[in-house]
Amino acid sequence: MIRNHRREVVAAYLFILPFVLSYGVLFFWPTLQMIYLSFTDAPLIGPGQWIGLENYIEMFDDRRFWTAVRNTSYFVALTVIPNTLIGLAIAMMVSRLKGWQQSVILAMFFLPYILPVSVVYRIWNWMFNVQFGIMQYPLTWIFGEPTPVFRVQWMFMPTVAFVTIWWTCGFNILLFLAGLRSIPSDIYEAAALDNANRWTIFRRITWPLIWPVTALVLTIQLILQLKIFDQVYLFVQGGRPDPSMVMVQYIYNMAFQRNEGGYAAAIAVALFAIVIVFSVLQFQLLRSRGEK
Amino acid sequence: MSALDTAPAASVATADQGHKRRSFDIGGAILTLVTVIFAVLWAFPIYWGVITSLKPESQVISRTVEFLPRTWTIDAYWHVLVNTMIGRWYINSLVTSVSVTVLTLIISATTAYALSQLRFPGRTVIWYLILASFMVPIAALIVNHFILMAQFGLINNWLGVILPQLIHPVVIIVYKNFFDSVPKEYREAAKMDSASEWRIFSRIYVPMNWGVTTALAIVTFIGAWNNFLWPFLAVSRTEMMNVAVGITQVNDAFGVQYARELAAAILAALVVAILYLIFQRRVTQAIMLSAGVKG
Repeated sequence: MIRNHRREVVAAYLFILPFVLSYGVLFFWPTLQMIYLSFTDAPLIGPGQWIGLENYIEMFDDRRFWTAVRNTSYFVALTVIPNTLIGLAIAMMVSRLKGWQQSVILAMFFLPYILPVSVVYRIWNWMFNVQFGIMQYPLTWIFGEPTPVFRVQWMFMPTVAFVTIWWTCGFNILLFLAGLRSIPSDIYEAAALDNANRWTIFRRITWPLIWPVTALVLTIQLILQLKIFDQVYLFVQGGRPDPSMVMVQYIYNMAFQRNEGGYAAAIAVALFAIVIVFSVLQFQLLRSRGEK
Repeated sequence: MSALDTAPAASVATADQGHKRRSFDIGGAILTLVTVIFAVLWAFPIYWGVITSLKPESQVISRTVEFLPRTWTIDAYWHVLVNTMIGRWYINSLVTSVSVTVLTLIISATTAYALSQLRFPGRTVIWYLILASFMVPIAALIVNHFILMAQFGLINNWLGVILPQLIHPVVIIVYKNFFDSVPKEYREAAKMDSASEWRIFSRIYVPMNWGVTTALAIVTFIGAWNNFLWPFLAVSRTEMMNVAVGITQVNDAFGVQYARELAAAILAALVVAILYLIFQRRVTQAIMLSAGVKG
């Protein structure tokens, strides 16, 4: 029996060996290194001096850091709730359809989600092109003249948020569809017998029963959008990146363009801390959902 | 699961009765119409990108909106295929994405099996480490991933692109959930025949969960194919880029040639788009699974 157990332990260690090696080297080690690096003045590549909390003190006085925090929060505010609500609305529209009609319509809504971000960038950059973009028709109608939306400061973030919602909403739609399917149909039948109208059915049945999924989508979105980089980086090309700088972009800027590895690591630790706070919330939520 | 087979039949029956009571559901018809219009608008940018890429450059910059090309041409595609390294980028994307997928699945499945079926010291610690790493933003690690890969001499190298993308704790968690639900009898019977753990894993647990493996493979592959940030940082030489990064280089080479830019973009999206259209249901299922929702 003891021999058997020893064999099981040896087998187990062999099974987790790939995990220990890969996560150890590629995940836990870089995480610890990041924290260490944030207390030094090291360049991107090469050794640095231990400078204690200096990077963090500098960070609190750094106007560009706070701009990045503000822009990231602004982007999160512009995307998370609209993306969730639009996802729910589309899922409800799609779930009414049956069979092949549902597949076709769902595919039309979902297709953007599987595109690489650079393709999304190319498509929308063309759509919004100042001279020839098709979006200039509604924009000219609203503003009276063709508008370079990615060059006008106040329009930049909302437009990027709009494109992001178009791109990622498919994921939310799927989660909501799964949630809607799990609502028992006899509840709706009972409501139909009472001649309840669509709005009442939505408010009294669908919304409360779909709420756990809504909460899940909200938290997933929140964590995802805090890590915004790709779209902002691509759409700002050719313009001034500073006013619309987001946190990951600032890390990139400091480490890869200004060669300040230590300071970049300090910003990364700050992002890390923010995301972990929200992740813990998400995890609690998932767990309470699992127990039900 | 058996309830699934009978439920649609029942709802069809009630829907029929509903039709008899209300002669024509105007609200429903309007909603369907709105849905269709909205879906068409939603998919329009993709259609517009494809159509533009099939026009000659002179018609692309015409002032009138033409929803179909007057002259169809694949010149832009020829130009991209001949004059950029897109072939090379495709190979880079394929090699790195397939490697990321295969390696992630191997690491995750073996770990999940050990956590799910075997007792060993340190098991709980590892499980909590995995749950904790679930919360860590990989994007925050770019600086140290870069330093690490530079130390290994793996910048501008396939392996350098692949390695930092192997961290997917969700895959381990999903596998563990499925291995947990395999009936214990199989394992006990195999033990009686004194089968080794590796045999039990590879002959029982993996084959019984092929569906999960396919689903996770699809999601991991799409994620790796579309990944931008890390491949963008890990590679500076044009011939080592993957497609998603490479096509952002196309404009520098040409100046402004909209059809060509879009043709490059369409080519970059093509593989995953076709995969999705063929395996639509599987992809849908896979994405729900990876979010922890059983669809």
